[in-house]
Amino acid sequence: MFKDLFRKPKYVTVHADTARKDIPEGLWQKCPECNEILYSKELEKYLKTCVKCGYSFRMGARERIKATVDEGTFVEIDADLTSTNPLSFADYPAKLAKTQEATKLKEAIVTGEAAIEGKPVVIGVMDAGFVMGSMGSVVGEKVARAIERAIERRVPLIIFAASGGARMQEGIISLMQMAKTCGALARLHEAGILYISVFTDPTTGGVTASFASMGDIVLAEPGAVIGFTGPRVIEQTIRQTLPEGFQTAEFLLKHGFIDMVVTRTQMRETLAALLDLHVSGGSENG
Amino acid sequence: MANVILEFEKPILELEAKIEELQTFSKEKEIDLSEEVQTLQKKVETLKKSIYGNLTPWQSVMIARHPERPATIDYIKMIFEGFMELHGDRFYGDDPAIIGGIARFKGQPVTVIGHAKGKDTKENLVRNFGMPHPEGYRKALRLMEQAEKFNRPIITFVDTPGAYPGIGAEERGEALAIATNLTKMMALRVPVIATVIGEGGSGGALAIAVADHVSMLENAVYSVSSPEVFASILWKDSTKAQDAAVMMKMTSKDILSLGIIDEVIPEPIGGAHKDLQKIAGTLADSLQKALNNLKQQPIETVLEKRYDKFRSIGHYISG
Ligand SMILES: [Zn+2]
Repeated sequence: MFKDLFRKPKYVTVHADTARKDIPEGLWQKCPECNEILYSKELEKYLKTCVKCGYSFRMGARERIKATVDEGTFVEIDADLTSTNPLSFADYPAKLAKTQEATKLKEAIVTGEAAIEGKPVVIGVMDAGFVMGSMGSVVGEKVARAIERAIERRVPLIIFAASGGARMQEGIISLMQMAKTCGALARLHEAGILYISVFTDPTTGGVTASFASMGDIVLAEPGAVIGFTGPRVIEQTIRQTLPEGFQTAEFLLKHGFIDMVVTRTQMRETLAALLDLHVSGGSENG
Repeated sequence: MANVILEFEKPILELEAKIEELQTFSKEKEIDLSEEVQTLQKKVETLKKSIYGNLTPWQSVMIARHPERPATIDYIKMIFEGFMELHGDRFYGDDPAIIGGIARFKGQPVTVIGHAKGKDTKENLVRNFGMPHPEGYRKALRLMEQAEKFNRPIITFVDTPGAYPGIGAEERGEALAIATNLTKMMALRVPVIATVIGEGGSGGALAIAVADHVSMLENAVYSVSSPEVFASILWKDSTKAQDAAVMMKMTSKDILSLGIIDEVIPEPIGGAHKDLQKIAGTLADSLQKALNNLKQQPIETVLEKRYDKFRSIGHYISG
């Protein structure tokens, strides 16, 4: 359903005569949005966003953490949790092993404690490169544990979402992670702890329909595709082409489902400013 | 109502037709064929047991989707007294794909909420085949919070292919509506009992099924997506839905053994639609037992157990 969201980023190969001859291949990338030629070094400097149009290239969990938290403060938790194969699904363990090898990740989310501008947080960052960032037992468990840790430590929780939805290979167990994570958020809410949710491209299905939508403050990166049902399935169901810009961060902002669209280069300072307004995980007056 | 016969049921019907033929023949010709008829009747019973007792997952899906399968409205009529339907989410509209209201169950006021499938094409168009829009979930939540205010237990019936995938649904926040229900249901300070009576499709089903006691009718199915969607995601081929139904472990027996539900409610042989009276009775007994059990416990205990029930679902190892 969500496959089309996960097309490879368009690192377009440009014919030698159209590219700048003086830059060796691999040192530049082309922006899929505005076709600007971007120097790789500069692209890294601007956190993988296009300087011309602001397009955000996909970002892995580890790079995202590095770009977000104070240097040297991140301490990973539950790093070793890995999925088993509860439905005895053929090829699932092999697929996991291959993905783990390729991504150097154990699962589709990395969680831990860190500080942003000196303010302690519990942070979780999903990675769309790991089985489409899908939520199975491990993602659900790590999110629930991160929430519980934020309650216990009384520090704010920040989660960057990126997901194609539920992990199909774990069937109904994946579905139940939606109730599990939302249940934990009910307790976070009761405890008066701040939760900032950040949608990144793409977030659909069971993750949008659970913890990612439930932030006290919900942010999104420009252009990120965010929705419940993936666009292809909607088109198949209603048999019409979807309007331009449907299910983008801007579309959700217009329809009232997110608080702010924040460019990646502004994200850290935006988070810091929000955290500054909430001490002890809760209100300054509390 | 025309009888809809599923492909795998045909041998039973053929045999039953043969018995009828023999009986007519014996009457007309005044020949005693009772021994032959009896033999065939025994054969039918054995055949029924062997077919219905060994349904493949796909056959279960077919029964769960059977056009004559009792729907929420049937159980409301059979099990509750004086049902008063309440409408609307107080914000956008009233979603006919979810039906809800107040009724008495064994004399006690309760709030009843369920997905509503239609009985025919015309009603299905109105009810959108039981696929709710956000306003349906918001209506459900409004009624649940109302139940909490007046200390009424909540009884839900799950029967949906899934939340509706459409433009309006996205514009009005289908995902947020579901997420909100999942979050708020976990904290409702009244007992909640959910029964999957037909199709339990995806987040659209779960959004009214975060409950203290969750059961499934024997031939109901419960899954992360429809088998068609599952097949199209994993194998890019929706025609492999039958294989998907096996892989997904979506039958009541599988879901029980995975520890997701508390109880499987047995159906009359051939499915709930063969004997509404009987299944309604069995279901009512199950609901009463679950409710009595929950009412005996302090609500704090109920809430703690509800949390633990969902919190503990997951299969993982450390390392
Ligand atoms: Zn650009």
